Amino acid sequence: MLTYLVKRILGMIPTLLGITLLSFFIIHLAPGKPTDVMTEMNPKITPEAREKLEKYYGLDKPIYVQYGMWLKRIVKMDFGESFSTDRRPVIEKIWDTKQKLIDRRLFITFFINLLSMFFIFIIAIPIGIFSATHQHSMFDNISTVFWFIGFAMPSFWFALLLMMFFGIYLDWLPISGFKSMNYESLTLPGQIWDRTRHLILPVFVSSFGGVAGYSRYMRSSMLEVIRQDYITTARAKGLSERTVIYKHALRNSLLTIITLLGLSVPGLIGGSVIFENIFSIPGMGQLFYMSVMTRDYPLVLCILTITAILTLVGNLMADIGYMFADPRIRAK
Amino acid sequence: MNIFWKRFKQNRLATAGGVMVLLLFIVAAFAPLISPFDPNEIDRNSILEPPSEVHILGTDDLGRDVFSRMIFGSWISLAVGFVAVGIATFIGIIFGALSGYYGGWTDRIIMRFVDIMLSIPTLFLILAVIAFIGPSIWNIMIIIGLTSWMGVARLVRAEFLSLKEREFILAAKAMGAGDMRIIFSHIMPNSMSPVFISAVLGVAAAILLESALSFLGLGIQPPTPSWGNILTLGKDNIEIAWWLSVFPGLAILFTVLAYNLVGEGLRDALDPRLWQRGR
Repeated sequence: MLTYLVKRILGMIPTLLGITLLSFFIIHLAPGKPTDVMTEMNPKITPEAREKLEKYYGLDKPIYVQYGMWLKRIVKMDFGESFSTDRRPVIEKIWDTKQKLIDRRLFITFFINLLSMFFIFIIAIPIGIFSATHQHSMFDNISTVFWFIGFAMPSFWFALLLMMFFGIYLDWLPISGFKSMNYESLTLPGQIWDRTRHLILPVFVSSFGGVAGYSRYMRSSMLEVIRQDYITTARAKGLSERTVIYKHALRNSLLTIITLLGLSVPGLIGGSVIFENIFSIPGMGQLFYMSVMTRDYPLVLCILTITAILTLVGNLMADIGYMFADPRIRAK
Repeated sequence: MNIFWKRFKQNRLATAGGVMVLLLFIVAAFAPLISPFDPNEIDRNSILEPPSEVHILGTDDLGRDVFSRMIFGSWISLAVGFVAVGIATFIGIIFGALSGYYGGWTDRIIMRFVDIMLSIPTLFLILAVIAFIGPSIWNIMIIIGLTSWMGVARLVRAEFLSLKEREFILAAKAMGAGDMRIIFSHIMPNSMSPVFISAVLGVAAAILLESALSFLGLGIQPPTPSWGNILTLGKDNIEIAWWLSVFPGLAILFTVLAYNLVGEGLRDALDPRLWQRGR
């Protein structure tokens, strides 16, 4: 089991290198030099200052040397300084140690995605099981319709509709930000309630599509398992239907779902750009959008790399989950 | 082919999807004839008007007719969907065929590349590239195509792996057919049905992606109308103009739904394993 894990983690290294290479290449697709953004906006900059800047970023060297230099720096978690006016180190923008944990961008994005994943799991799996055990029932048909709609619904449009209904028409929930203006003056339970209210719509939006998709996957995986011989055997032994479904069938059908959940991590994180933008949540997605708009390339590179690492970690976690669920792999 | 049509037509949902897709084609093709107004005509006297008899879906912040803009927007989403999927399918077939047919190092390198592409959140990748090369309609088609070929590559690879060991391929080899001939005229035609299904579903995904990009302001740029960029106006005027948010979203929803229904219908019709079971 341990060798499998070690092998799996070592296998991530080439992928990670590939990701950094690809991200680096994309940034250098841009016509002109990356520092142009900084120099063009500042008419007072002298040719000497410009040269100094280019030297700092190693732009006078061949591209593979630049890649090597950049790689050496990111191993030490040094992603350079932001091009924006505040000139802060990029890493500090994502993980500001001066702020409380809950206000750090990386944490916010991670937390919301984790919450969505949790809700997807606890809602989609029961729906899937019930649809499979009651195939072609009213409930099954309704969940099929729900699946088709959930898959076709643009999440940002869904967010707009929810904002209009719950935020503006009913005026029940806040439609932007991650805390209220008077947050600091609230008591602890008040603060928690305030955060929860801000989280409801974003988490709902980001888990909606997932719930639709996963309940469907769970249904087909369950239907597949139920047809297997060992389920017939379990029934023939005289086990109750409940034991057959929840003990024998569920465990086997969860295997597919765990794999799929690992694969869905990039999609979830990618979705952060959209909902953080709509709900003005100060997370990584929003920061990425701003950095892209201002062509703040050290920041863009940093976020691309970090989200890819997060994805790989997500996949690894899914694999570990798979290991716990499937004794055949543990034995290897 | 006959059995296929029969199966497809029996599926009422898929037929409904097919009719909707056809309808969208007609709307897109005859956009200038159908739309009551010029989509870019600015009318300062009718800014942000709710739906009425003149402007059936209302007007936007420059007094342009939303209905006309949506009709012209359908052309954009159709074009982006098909070109992007064309590119993705082409790349996917080539990589998948090479990987599945040759195996060994070729396979390992290509599949590693697929893994890498799948670990970077697509939306992040696309936004980064668009920001640096600029958001023209061609760039958007190309970049969506370049970031969505991985599924097709895996499908084609799997088909090739199972087909290349069959007797008819061995026979072709024994008769002296070259690699290219075997790949393109013997294996390829036999592996196309799953690719076709994934292409139809891919159009839906590409349309969704384009609308998201346009909504974020990094897709189709105004004044060219697209469903996504009308929704951006909907967001900016969310408290006063509900019609700017509701209608373009419905258009996206039904278009994507239509392609998904057709794709699922094709899957059922083309998969002989599902035939015996009945429904």
